[in-house]
Amino acid sequence: MKTSQLIFRASVLCALGLASISGYAQTAKAQAAMDKAIVASFRDEGIISVASITQDETQALCSDPKMATGKAGAKQRAAIEAANMETILPPYDGVYLGDWKEGEKVAQSGRGATWTDKSSAVNGGGCYNCHQISKAEVSHGTIGPSLLGYGKTRGNSAAVVEYTWGKMYNAKAYNACSAMPRIGHFNLLTEKQMKDVMALLLDPASPVNQ
Amino acid sequence: MKKIMSGGVSATLGLGLCFLVTSVGAQNAPTASDGIAKYREMIADGNPAELYEAEGEQLWKKAAGSKNATLEKCDLGLGAGVVKGAAAQLPRYFKDTNRVQDLESRLMTCMEVLQGIDPKEIVDAPFGKGAKKAVEAVVAYVVTSSRDMKINAPMKHPKEKEMYALGKRAFYYRGGAMDFSCASCHDDASKRIRLQDLPDLTSAKGAALGWGYWPAYRVSSGEFWTMQRRLNDCYRQQRFPYPNYVSDVTIALSTYLAANAKGGVMHTPGLKR
Repeated sequence: MKTSQLIFRASVLCALGLASISGYAQTAKAQAAMDKAIVASFRDEGIISVASITQDETQALCSDPKMATGKAGAKQRAAIEAANMETILPPYDGVYLGDWKEGEKVAQSGRGATWTDKSSAVNGGGCYNCHQISKAEVSHGTIGPSLLGYGKTRGNSAAVVEYTWGKMYNAKAYNACSAMPRIGHFNLLTEKQMKDVMALLLDPASPVNQ
Repeated sequence: MKKIMSGGVSATLGLGLCFLVTSVGAQNAPTASDGIAKYREMIADGNPAELYEAEGEQLWKKAAGSKNATLEKCDLGLGAGVVKGAAAQLPRYFKDTNRVQDLESRLMTCMEVLQGIDPKEIVDAPFGKGAKKAVEAVVAYVVTSSRDMKINAPMKHPKEKEMYALGKRAFYYRGGAMDFSCASCHDDASKRIRLQDLPDLTSAKGAALGWGYWPAYRVSSGEFWTMQRRLNDCYRQQRFPYPNYVSDVTIALSTYLAANAKGGVMHTPGLKR
């Protein structure tokens, strides 16, 4: 290859490289401006503050559809999962399973944590909004997988119990951009409510496992 | 809409509503959406939104505000006073305000410029009340005048493209205590919440199912809901803070939806659960 050709190729590569770097910087700048416009469109209302939509690293990464799935964001997602795993705390008294009947009530209720709710309101888990859980409740969503027979299929070994607790506590520890809220991490349910939902899923007497 | 104003027809409609609401309520859960479909069909000639539409048409032609003027010279994008088809081509860029506007923000501009009505009064009023109620009625009138037309929001002006990009960003923006974005529920056509089917708003078909049927009369609340109100309640359920009326994020999301729905049909005003 002639020197002139080499120089040409090198300069094309340089130009491409520079263009993509400045393109990236431009994209990042444009995105930051857009995020600012988004946040500026909201106001505090009731128990919900504008500050609550300032994104943490998980939310920021998963807001980019290119990074939320597929190869491009795999590395970042693994890091996000590890960071979320660090947040998971076991129940204070080491007892994971509560009362499945109470758990069913928690799973049924989708109330709480909106600007029309009082801070004293008891949050629901909203589980049926997205999951099939017990056979009797046919009005269930399909955003999440079916949990029918959850404990029957998996048993209730320590590993299963801890995984289930962790998944509910912080779903992003297992799937960085999961659609599921981080229920323990953001205190959406009390520890007791979470134990009751655990029983709904894992207690052999629960209708979920009949 | 005139027919509905007569006593006999509205009494029939009222009775029909009572019967239908009861029958929808009595449906077994798996057939709830069938029940709604049946309900829609049965009152297809008498969507209660028509009452709002009739009021809106009157408000359009009635002198009001400190300038004691009507809205008949309002330019909704197709020229001064052109109502027919205007809603099908919104949101769009307006030169006089130098911004992209949805129907509600544009009506506010007309009310301010032509009639001398303070936009703050409209923004500050709760949905369904006071100065906002008048805007909502006019919305019902304007969207009815685009019924059966093709959705065709222009996406040519740089500010329209900018608004679309902002809307797309907002659609995927995750935040709040539940990490939700619009996409959490609306980027897949096969999903539902409880029994409610969720359209994939990123696709042309799904976006038309959303954009083409809002604003709508909402059976569960017994009120006519504009797009601003629809988006407001989405954000409430998303556990986001309160989106300001006609704020950038709301207009951007409407721009995103309307552009995605291009080529679909306006069935407005819709009739919703």
